[in-house]
Order: sequence, then structure tokens, then C-alpha cells
Amino acid sequence: MGDTDVMNCQEFVELVTDYLEGALSPADQARFEAHLDYCDPCIVYIEEMRLTIGAVGRLSERDLAPAARDQLLAAFRDWKRTA
Amino acid sequence: MTATAPAEPNDRMLLLAVRRGDEAAFASLIDRYHPSLVRIATLFVRDYETAEEVAQETWIGVLKGLDRFEERSSFRTWLFSILTNQAKRRGERERRIVPFAALSRPADGDAEPAVDPDRFIPPGEEWAGYWASPPRDLVENPERALLSAEAQAVIDAAIAALPPNQQAVIRLRDVEGWEAADVCNALGLTATHQRVLLHRARSRVRQAIEPYVEQRAVLADG
Repeated sequence: MGDTDVMNCQEFVELVTDYLEGALSPADQARFEAHLDYCDPCIVYIEEMRLTIGAVGRLSERDLAPAARDQLLAAFRDWKRTA
Repeated sequence: MTATAPAEPNDRMLLLAVRRGDEAAFASLIDRYHPSLVRIATLFVRDYETAEEVAQETWIGVLKGLDRFEERSSFRTWLFSILTNQAKRRGERERRIVPFAALSRPADGDAEPAVDPDRFIPPGEEWAGYWASPPRDLVENPERALLSAEAQAVIDAAIAALPPNQQAVIRLRDVEGWEAADVCNALGLTATHQRVLLHRARSRVRQAIEPYVEQRAVLADG
């Protein structure tokens, strides 16, 4: 990536997912964590990514009861009879 | 959905009971997976009613295929493969399916930066690449702020606006809680491409939630 050892913020924001996925090389991971040590805005940024993942994950809680449950259970009884 | 792995032995036990004709076990599998099947089906058919039908046909497919399922893959993987086949068949009939290839094909948005380059100090200047317009401090309880109906609608809209491949990845990974390897298998992606798509998708949704999690700028006159 960068040709220097120091990671800037623009590079940091592009590597957040690789970091969270554990996909960075050991060298890049060290540069990434070194950046986090001194850059408060990037600490906010990675926290926002975590908040994003959490908020998207909660979409699965907005569940509709299976409308077709009874119908499917009737199909199951048919299947049982013929199986 | 946090833990996907611990559910596996349970699926196998339920499946065993289903094979013995246990209706309650089949009902448990429906309760566990039907909402997820419907959500995933909407990736292909984009119409809630059709997605519900495809999900129902998937369960019929499960019953029909139960004898042949040898548990070399997990139940969930098998279930998903039946779902995609049903969705494809439905799409061929109605010609309004999202082509499966669109979910693995590179799209225009894949190369977009995570953050608008204007928010960084431009090249050539001292501190180039550092924030010019940094994120503001977070509000007191950002998780709660994201639960508002307005924030939820904004998140939905941000996901819906993503290219199909990014949408498929963020929904399977972050909504359904799938492992990266399962997503790669299901969509025919390399590990690297999967991460790129996930990164673009999450970055765009992050952008959308900024106004809800960051403190407002102090109002100043000019």
C-alpha cells in the first residue's frame, strides 16, 4: 500500500474491513494499529463501522411470523403419508 | 444473529427427527429459517410476495429431497442451494429475476472510495491524506440513536441503493450472520472480492448513519 511506514487516514479508512476481518498482513496490521494509537478521528471512524455492522445485524430481528406455517405443516403431513 | 456455528448440531438433530416424521421438528426448522429464506429470496426476485412463495417452494423442495440429502454440507447450505434453484426457476418463468451473475459480477460501485476524497487533505500538501473534515464526536448513546424509525429507514434505503453484488454480501454477512467462506461459496466469489464488496457496502451504510451517531456541529454564524 503506502510507500512509507506511516499510514494516513485515507489509507486507514480503506483498510478497516480487512482489519476487522483479520485479513491484513502482519506489517499492515502493525501500521494500522499504530495509526489508531494517535488518531482520534479514526477511532471514531472505526467505531462508526462497528455501529454500522451492529445496526445492519439488527435488521434480522424485524421478523414477520411465517405466514405459510400452517400450509407448510399440511404439506408435511401429505409428505409423511406418501413417503 | 451472533452464533451461527452452535446452531449446526441442532439442525442435524431436527433433521433426524423430521426424517422420522416429527412435525414439531419441521415446524422448528421453519421458524428458524423461513424469515431468513424470504429475506434472501428478495435478493433474487425483489418482490416480497414472490419471495414468500419461493421460500415456501423451498420447504417443499426440502421434503422432496430429504431422502437424497447426505449431510455432506450443512443443512443451511443445502437449504440455500434449494432456494437459489427455486428462485432461478421462478425467474425463468416470470423473466423478472435479478440475474444470479449480477451478484458476483464486478459493478461500477466496487472501486469507489470508502470516504469522499474531498474530506482529506489533498496530495502535495503537508499532512496529505489526513482528515480535512474529520468525523465529529459520537453522541452519548449511538446504538440507541440508530434504533429510531428514521435511522432504520435510512439504513434500509442505504442498503437498497447498493449494487446487487454489494447488497447480497452485506445482507448475507451482516443481516443473516453468515461466515465469509459460506458467502463466497454461495455467490461464487473469491475471498478478496467478497471483502471488497463488504467494505464498499459497509462504508456506504456508515456514511448514511453519520447524521444519527455524530454530534451536531455547534451552530455558528458564518
